[in-house]
Amino acid sequence: MAGAAVRGLFERLGAAVTARVWRLGFASRFLVYLFLHSGTALQRFGLTIREIYFAGVLSLVIILVSGLFVGMVLGLQGYHTLQRYGSSEALGILVALSLVRELGPVVAGLLFASRAGSAITAEIGLMKATEQIAAMEMMAVDPIARVVAPRFWGGVISMPILAALFSAMGIYGGYLVGVKLIGVDEGAFWSQMQAAVDVREDVLNGVIKSFVFGIAVSWIAVFEGYDAPPTAEGVSGATTRTVVTSSLAILALDFMLTALMFTGGNGL
Amino acid sequence: MNRTTLDLWVGIFVAAGFGALLFLALKVGNLAAFSTAQTYKVDAKFANIGGLKVRAPIKSAGVVVGRVTEIRFDNETFEAVVTMNLDADYKFPRDTSAKILTSGLLGEQYIGLEAGGDRKTLNDGDTMRLTQSAVVLEDLISQFLYSKAAEGGSEAKAPSRERKP
Repeated sequence: MAGAAVRGLFERLGAAVTARVWRLGFASRFLVYLFLHSGTALQRFGLTIREIYFAGVLSLVIILVSGLFVGMVLGLQGYHTLQRYGSSEALGILVALSLVRELGPVVAGLLFASRAGSAITAEIGLMKATEQIAAMEMMAVDPIARVVAPRFWGGVISMPILAALFSAMGIYGGYLVGVKLIGVDEGAFWSQMQAAVDVREDVLNGVIKSFVFGIAVSWIAVFEGYDAPPTAEGVSGATTRTVVTSSLAILALDFMLTALMFTGGNGL
Repeated sequence: MNRTTLDLWVGIFVAAGFGALLFLALKVGNLAAFSTAQTYKVDAKFANIGGLKVRAPIKSAGVVVGRVTEIRFDNETFEAVVTMNLDADYKFPRDTSAKILTSGLLGEQYIGLEAGGDRKTLNDGDTMRLTQSAVVLEDLISQFLYSKAAEGGSEAKAPSRERKP
């Protein structure tokens, strides 16, 4: 009896693993197919522009407000710690480096996943549930080229812009709290920041990070939507999975990219 | 194809993104400092480079005149060889001395150049002869303690020296 129960457990475990690997394979094939059929999204760029509007422009408010507050908190907390060592002028470095290298891309990515990624999944999933996707296929319109690709590219284009705006806004927030509120010397704040932040090393790597996050989140969002079971439950499950999977993907990718980018060279 | 209000918003969005990147590059970063100007390479050997890093600035009279491009270890003389890229606009005499200095108490380390009096100037591939190593805090503290201890020994004989004007 116990043997059968253990066997059943292993069978379920194996089935779950196989299903996930299967799904990963399908998702990869989906991404390749998406790249090969992106011609329409680029030729009829109006479609992509529309998606940049929904994914990017409509996420602006949450990104800008969060950026400002994250920067202000960094300014307060950073000052509190730095003034113990008598180096409160280094506040600019602390705020700028933590935003440009890590917080900008990561927090903007997490917000983007929950604000825009979930919307993309829900939209595509609902189109599938209401058989609009099937109707397109009936009319010989490729739904991946017409529906999925513009949303994917819209997300990929929006993400680095949002991350850059988040970082810029955060640095302004840090400046407001550090210089205007607490009274750190303005010249030292900016000049120390400029001396420590390297355009290639820090700013460009941050942009590359946000670009990679943009691809990951958009891919997960469009795939979950396209692969969602065509029911109300299925769509809601897919939306949840998009947010969870893309958040985990962002954090895991961030660790890998940081290990690649910032620990090379002369072993920081 | 017609223009729509959507295009306007997306245009504002993309322009704001470029603005933010420009702000990050110019105001936050030091894009102005890394130029594509002509440079020449000069080596300098140091007994100890402390915490000097690649891309550290090279300053003369406080002005950035170049960057450290390479740091390696010479296994013949057991010294550190620092290769620096100096801006071709600035010419230095051959007997210029290089010091490793620290900005602030705990700031980053940089190389300070002090011009000598030689008429000939440093050329690409030359080596600076006069160098001064980085100040290692531990050495400094041990020297200080050593001299204090020596002083304490002499003070024990004359305790009234403390109030000397």
